[in-house]
Amino acid sequence: MANTFDAAHEEHHDLPVAGIKRWLFATNHKDIGTMYLVFSLIMFFVGGAMAMVIRAELFQPGLQLVDPAFFNQMTTNHALVMIFGAVMPAFVGLANWMVPLQIGAPDMALPRMNNFSFWLLPFAFTLLLSTFFVPGGAVAGGWTLYPPLALQTGNSFPMLIFAIHLMGASSIMGAINVIVTIMNMRAPGMTLLQMPLFCWTWLITAYLLIAVMPVLAGAVTMLLTDHFFKTSFFNAAGGGDPLMFEHIFWFFGHPEVYIMILPAFGIISEILPTFSRKPLFGATSMIYATASIGFLSFIVWGHHMFADGMPMAAQLFFMMSTMLISVPTGVKVFNWTATMWRGSLSFEPPMLFALGFLFMFTIGGFSGVMLAIVPADFQYNNTYFVVAHFHYVLVPGAIFAIMGAVYYWMPKWTGNMYSMGLAKTHFWLSTIFVNILFFPQHFLGLAGMPRRVPDYAVQFADWNMVSSIGGFGFGLSQILFVIVVIQCARGGKKATALVWEGARPTGLEWSIPSPAPYHSFTTAPILTAAELKH
Amino acid sequence: MAAMAVADSAGANTSNGYNLPVGVTDMSREIYDLHMFVFWICVGIAVVVFGAMIYSLLKFRRSQGAVADTSMMHSTKVEVIWTLVPVVILIVMAVPAGETILRMEDMRDSGLSIRVTGYQWKWQYQYMDAGQGINYFSTLSQDSNFARQLHSGVDPSTVPNYLLSVDKPLVVPSGVKVRLLLTSMDVIHAWWIPDFGAKRDAIPGFINELWFNVTPGKEGIYRGQCAALCGRDHGFMPIVVEVKTPDDFKKWVDAQKAAAAPATVAALAPADRASVDGQVLKSKTTLQDSN
Repeated sequence: MANTFDAAHEEHHDLPVAGIKRWLFATNHKDIGTMYLVFSLIMFFVGGAMAMVIRAELFQPGLQLVDPAFFNQMTTNHALVMIFGAVMPAFVGLANWMVPLQIGAPDMALPRMNNFSFWLLPFAFTLLLSTFFVPGGAVAGGWTLYPPLALQTGNSFPMLIFAIHLMGASSIMGAINVIVTIMNMRAPGMTLLQMPLFCWTWLITAYLLIAVMPVLAGAVTMLLTDHFFKTSFFNAAGGGDPLMFEHIFWFFGHPEVYIMILPAFGIISEILPTFSRKPLFGATSMIYATASIGFLSFIVWGHHMFADGMPMAAQLFFMMSTMLISVPTGVKVFNWTATMWRGSLSFEPPMLFALGFLFMFTIGGFSGVMLAIVPADFQYNNTYFVVAHFHYVLVPGAIFAIMGAVYYWMPKWTGNMYSMGLAKTHFWLSTIFVNILFFPQHFLGLAGMPRRVPDYAVQFADWNMVSSIGGFGFGLSQILFVIVVIQCARGGKKATALVWEGARPTGLEWSIPSPAPYHSFTTAPILTAAELKH
Repeated sequence: MAAMAVADSAGANTSNGYNLPVGVTDMSREIYDLHMFVFWICVGIAVVVFGAMIYSLLKFRRSQGAVADTSMMHSTKVEVIWTLVPVVILIVMAVPAGETILRMEDMRDSGLSIRVTGYQWKWQYQYMDAGQGINYFSTLSQDSNFARQLHSGVDPSTVPNYLLSVDKPLVVPSGVKVRLLLTSMDVIHAWWIPDFGAKRDAIPGFINELWFNVTPGKEGIYRGQCAALCGRDHGFMPIVVEVKTPDDFKKWVDAQKAAAAPATVAALAPADRASVDGQVLKSKTTLQDSN
């Protein structure tokens, strides 16, 4: 332990200020990270409540609970809240907490911007969610906002656009902060290739964010001027092109998919070696694979639009570029498997979530390869098969990785161990129910049920009921997660600096005490040979 | 027509409820085969990859005394192999898929063209070629529309083909390459019949093409739904296609034209004019109603 932090040397004025000011004027990366994570958890439940309404209406054929227009508001806002409110802020929160700790930096490089980028989010989502109370209701044209349908939205339309601008500004600032921190504030002697994988995947994610969030901002601004200022970017009657929106949107949208999964790859690459008691297999090829995925994510957007009418050459190009993505993704899965091979495995909650990720994300990968096959995609496109596919990569993919990360690092944050029994119960219930929820949706889609419908023909009734039962079970299981987190924040068995005794995780975050002191690495750590090998 | 009765009783399509329908066109069968081919490749890969993972989980447990081999850092040979093998597998999948795309996009030599226009929330069919002049709208049938209202109190399972029946289906001949020219008058819709392996978006300002050719002997009624979110009643604008033999189709076309054509009136004797005028007027009204 070359850099054990000596809390006794801390000056009194370095302790957090009391009360609300600590949070409103926060510049400490740990406080801001905590706020991001709590915000994300709240949004996870808000978006989850919308999913419950969707699954309740789809429990049986016929309309029982909500009007089709309200149903469409639910699907649209479920997606917007989960993507921009739950998954992305959770990753930014984890980056805030862990990037400085992993690279031995005292804080994020731009602490006041960090504060701003967080505090934009509560306002953005207040604006977005308040659209449920304006005349005409919330946005109901799908989160993809395709015109001309999106242009039929009522008073909530400009509120949505402004909310998206706020979210985008927040994401861009968060990304700039990550890049500047990683590029300038690594501990002396830590080269980029020696940096932990979580930092690496976040670095690439941050570049993707900076590249595509302005594209989304441009697309929605064009929608705004089409709606209010009589432009015709997407209006065919005025010489515009509705398909152009789809191209612009998915040029943002596909890298966005990887924005939501690359940090998850980083998390899995931290957890698996720890509980396999072995270094990550092929760490350098993992970095190259991540960078390849980042690059390829810019040239595959057309696979969202095969059924929209596309020149044959474009269909062939997008099919092949999409299939290519499975090569670096495959490399990652193989490397993770090889990390476990000849290891010494134990199954603490973070490891369980990482393993859940590994199996179920791979299932989502398989359906992704199937979707890339253009002729078959015509049958899958806009059906529940697609819904099953992206929920497999986002729920037991991204969200399981986030929960695994929380279970992995929470003792470092709070200084307390949590209830292993409750956390394992949370894992098993989530895993069982998430499969009951999403696996039957493959069948529904193949049998011909379109997505985004509030009602369906009776031959789809059985699998919808099964799926809804899984949905309710999954939703209820998440209350366990909140209980574990609150218990851990309030007390419990004290965690050691290493937290995972016997696992000996590598990384600078484990060289400081638990809980991590309010200010860490105020002087740059001196890296030992073992730490550099990470 | 026995074939028709069989297809009709099959419900939405010939899917078994958990897989793609094999369908009734060469293209739908080709897609089904491609789908199953890729599916079995995925299953094969899954057996190997999940097998290795499960083996690790069982064999290398610390609780069983497993000791980690920390010298195992990377292996260039292995990594090159597991980069190249997937590339080969992808090529094996891409070649047949590419060939199918070429056939799918070949719009030449169609025997019948129909202009299909999407509206919120119905379809309009305008025939060209042999059916020139036939033009009508197709909307959700009344019994489904009644049952699907919030708190209607009607059990959907008592409604025949709930949400999948229309007042006037699209009628096409079997054994003929039918080309659809798709567009929309408001928002983006998508026309889809799973049994034909045919789906394409209907976009305002664009004309998209698709074709299908139903195998002779597979005459019957086939059902699908709009496949692009198009607003409040997106879930309630089904597509129903009635496939007839070429002879029956010709009779149907003649009947449609006779019903629509006032030209026949002039040929009749003046004495009959009054009553016939009444009939013609009536049939015109019917036509307008269905418009």
